[in-house]
Amino acid sequence: MITLNINGKEQQLDVPDDMPILWALRDVAHLTGTKFGCGMAQCGACTVHLDGQAIRSCITPISAAAGKNITTIEDMQNDKVGQAVQAAWGEIDVVQCGYCQSGQIMSATALLTTNKKPTDADIDAAMSGNICRCGTYPRIRAAIHNAASKLA
Amino acid sequence: MNAPLKNTPLNISRRTFIKAGALVVGGLVIAFTIPHAKRFLMPGSVAETAPDAAKLPAPNAFLRIGTDNTITVMLAHSEMGQSIWTTLPMLIAEELDADWSKIKVEHASAAPEYVHTAYGLQITGGSSTTWSEFDRYRQAGALTRALLISAAAEKLGASADSLKTENGYVISGDNKISYGDLAEAAAKLETPKTITLKEPKDWKIIGKATKRLDGPEKINGTAIFGQDIQFDGLMTAMVARSPVIGGTVKTFDATAAKQIKGVRQVVQVSTGVAVIADNYWAAKTGREALKVDWNLGENASLDSKALLAEYKKLAATTGLIAAKAGDNKSAMAKTNQFVEAEYALPYLAHAPMEPLNCSVKIEKDICEIWTGTQMQGTDQLAAAKILGLKPEQVKIHTVFLGGGFGRRANPQADFVSEAVQVAKAAGVPVKTVWSREDDVKGGYYRPMFVHKAKIALDTNGMPSAWEHVAVGQSIMLGTPFEAFQIKDGVDATSVEGTADSPYLKNIPNYQISLHTAKTKIPVLWWRSVGHSHTAFVMESLIDELAHTAKKDPLEYRRALLKDHPRHLAALNLAAEKADWNKPLAKGVFRGIAVHESFGSFVAQIAEVSVNEGEVKVHRMVSAIDCGLAVNPDSLKAQMESSVSFGLGAAMQSEITFKDGMVEQSNFHDYQVMRMGNMPKVEVYIVQSTEKMGGVGEPGLPPVAPAVTNAIFAATGKRIRTLPIGNQLA
Ligand code: FES
Ligand code: FES
Repeated sequence: MITLNINGKEQQLDVPDDMPILWALRDVAHLTGTKFGCGMAQCGACTVHLDGQAIRSCITPISAAAGKNITTIEDMQNDKVGQAVQAAWGEIDVVQCGYCQSGQIMSATALLTTNKKPTDADIDAAMSGNICRCGTYPRIRAAIHNAASKLA
Repeated sequence: MNAPLKNTPLNISRRTFIKAGALVVGGLVIAFTIPHAKRFLMPGSVAETAPDAAKLPAPNAFLRIGTDNTITVMLAHSEMGQSIWTTLPMLIAEELDADWSKIKVEHASAAPEYVHTAYGLQITGGSSTTWSEFDRYRQAGALTRALLISAAAEKLGASADSLKTENGYVISGDNKISYGDLAEAAAKLETPKTITLKEPKDWKIIGKATKRLDGPEKINGTAIFGQDIQFDGLMTAMVARSPVIGGTVKTFDATAAKQIKGVRQVVQVSTGVAVIADNYWAAKTGREALKVDWNLGENASLDSKALLAEYKKLAATTGLIAAKAGDNKSAMAKTNQFVEAEYALPYLAHAPMEPLNCSVKIEKDICEIWTGTQMQGTDQLAAAKILGLKPEQVKIHTVFLGGGFGRRANPQADFVSEAVQVAKAAGVPVKTVWSREDDVKGGYYRPMFVHKAKIALDTNGMPSAWEHVAVGQSIMLGTPFEAFQIKDGVDATSVEGTADSPYLKNIPNYQISLHTAKTKIPVLWWRSVGHSHTAFVMESLIDELAHTAKKDPLEYRRALLKDHPRHLAALNLAAEKADWNKPLAKGVFRGIAVHESFGSFVAQIAEVSVNEGEVKVHRMVSAIDCGLAVNPDSLKAQMESSVSFGLGAAMQSEITFKDGMVEQSNFHDYQVMRMGNMPKVEVYIVQSTEKMGGVGEPGLPPVAPAVTNAIFAATGKRIRTLPIGNQLA
């Protein structure tokens, strides 16, 4: 039994220590907004925040989350930056198949939380770990700039 | 498709439309099927076994009006990113004068009503959804509107002619009645004999950039994909499959696997051994502990390098003739100016963002399947066959597809069949989940192709004879489409873009031939199908010809395409927007390509620099003539998407085989487009009233050649093998 804080709520999960956060969230806590894309930190679909930091939950064991706060896409509506990012995503109509977008939004929110006015190069650096097979990259870039201007 | 821009009254026969209002309580349901005559019918398909659709009960429908004024649109096709979740409702809402804010959308189940209007089975592919549904969905809207007007006329004692509709209401002078209030009465009325569609000039929704209806749920994480299916009792299964293509299980030892906490069962199926567990992590850990001894079979020495060498040898000989005119031999004897070149393109994986998965629950005489599929038609038949059920006893719940690109339309129903087998063997509901490694290694690739061409130029530098041989596997062989697509041994999808090339029309002598390789590697359509290799070859060759003739590549194409106005329209718009004749910044070079596929015409102009062997694509200017653009913004999104998908593949993607095994496994060694490499994309739409074409794929084929033609302009090096990789280093 491990005690976790997920989206501001304490929760006890009966999972092995080595289970990645991704599967504890999806299969045990039934929070399916966080996606599985590669399982080896290559695609970013599984991105969540651990104490505010963007991490790849597919390779991070649940034991690493003990005593820390996990934040997922399901809670972005309660995050000031997350809200702006989601609004920008809607305004630019970023999504296509949508499967990568939880991860994109989590990465973009983490970026804008520490960097209020990212340059294109900052966006390349922060977002290149998030694959979008639908190629929504130009709109993601535009939406990040849009969210940044909203937050300014 | 019928010409889209005429509004002739349509005759509505009982065979064409079934109004199924009586079957639902509290609303109006519109269902209809189309006559079979003009369709290709898949043998044994639901549509064939149920020829008289009018006699069928209509459990499904195209649109449902609730008494609460909601209008639910049922999609006969699958949403996989291309935005039909919005485009098809736009067609209905236009004719219905619906309140857009009241529109809800659902995927339809697998049923005869939803058979593709041109392909004869339920499928999403070939960039065909919008044009193939343009009439049917508008008719559904118009028919419903007519019924609502009749119901209002009865209720108000007014003549139907005196009533109009707007934003979800029937209006009579100062009176208005909502559609929801009329739905029940409308459901009891006779279907009108004719309906008239709106004139294009009266369109309020069609042609207007419209926001995606699936946007919000895909932004807040609540959208449900196949991976997200969860219900009580559903287990997760992972299948250990042969490392070598086509291998089979000799023996297996599940002792260690069963000791993993959460592993419940281990069962053998035709594709391998399935580990069934409480969750993904347990299934994966269990599968790692499983010991399987494989019969590697006949492909154990298969090697793609050796295969490529074999293809190249074959390419030196004439294959089966796909297109021919004049006399190449004597024409070639008359000149001494030639372009001779050999091109090669690799196997490619689709690698949709969402790894394959399929949830199956089997009860006594019903099987329920939840999956993201592009081809409910074949999936339903395959599942029914495995279980000894009738097709209609298999219920398919289509959920959002986390990308498809062709991989989720499998004529063998591979991932669905396997899941059904696992659920059957296990006796419990299961969700089979593929890891990314399973997806990359597990088959169904864009086939490797080699093209060899020898082209003679006349004294004006124009082609006078064109000899062209292609070598590659057929994607249609052994599928239900074989009879339809393979004629005299030539798979039409292997030579689309070459045999029917507009360039050949002005060349007096040509011969296009094909060797269909009999390799056992499972192959499948991959976004833009045959055009994904033929456009690269044709547009590179044209560029080679232009340079040999010392002519501007744009002018050269204009001359060759002078009788092809839609090619020219795309070409000219792209050239104008890219300022073709103005110099670029130092070190940046342009390349151009134009190609028709899926009924649309796309030109791409790439701006590229090459520094120390590293290729950087700065900007892509895309122009498309697809006829009417129903939703210009989603069209643009599809063009951006095509640039990303096509450019990623051209730059880096490649599947290779050694000892019968795929050498790549995940995104670290099967590289795709990422943010840092994505160019700026500008999309321009030709204002066109020509026949409608597709938009999901046509943007892709000209991407790679535009880029490699720009690389040639920059470096003088002709890229004839994809991916570009580090060929310039
Ligand atoms: S699933 Fe974690 S990075 Fe891909
Ligand atoms: S929207 Fe489909 S993978 Fe990004």
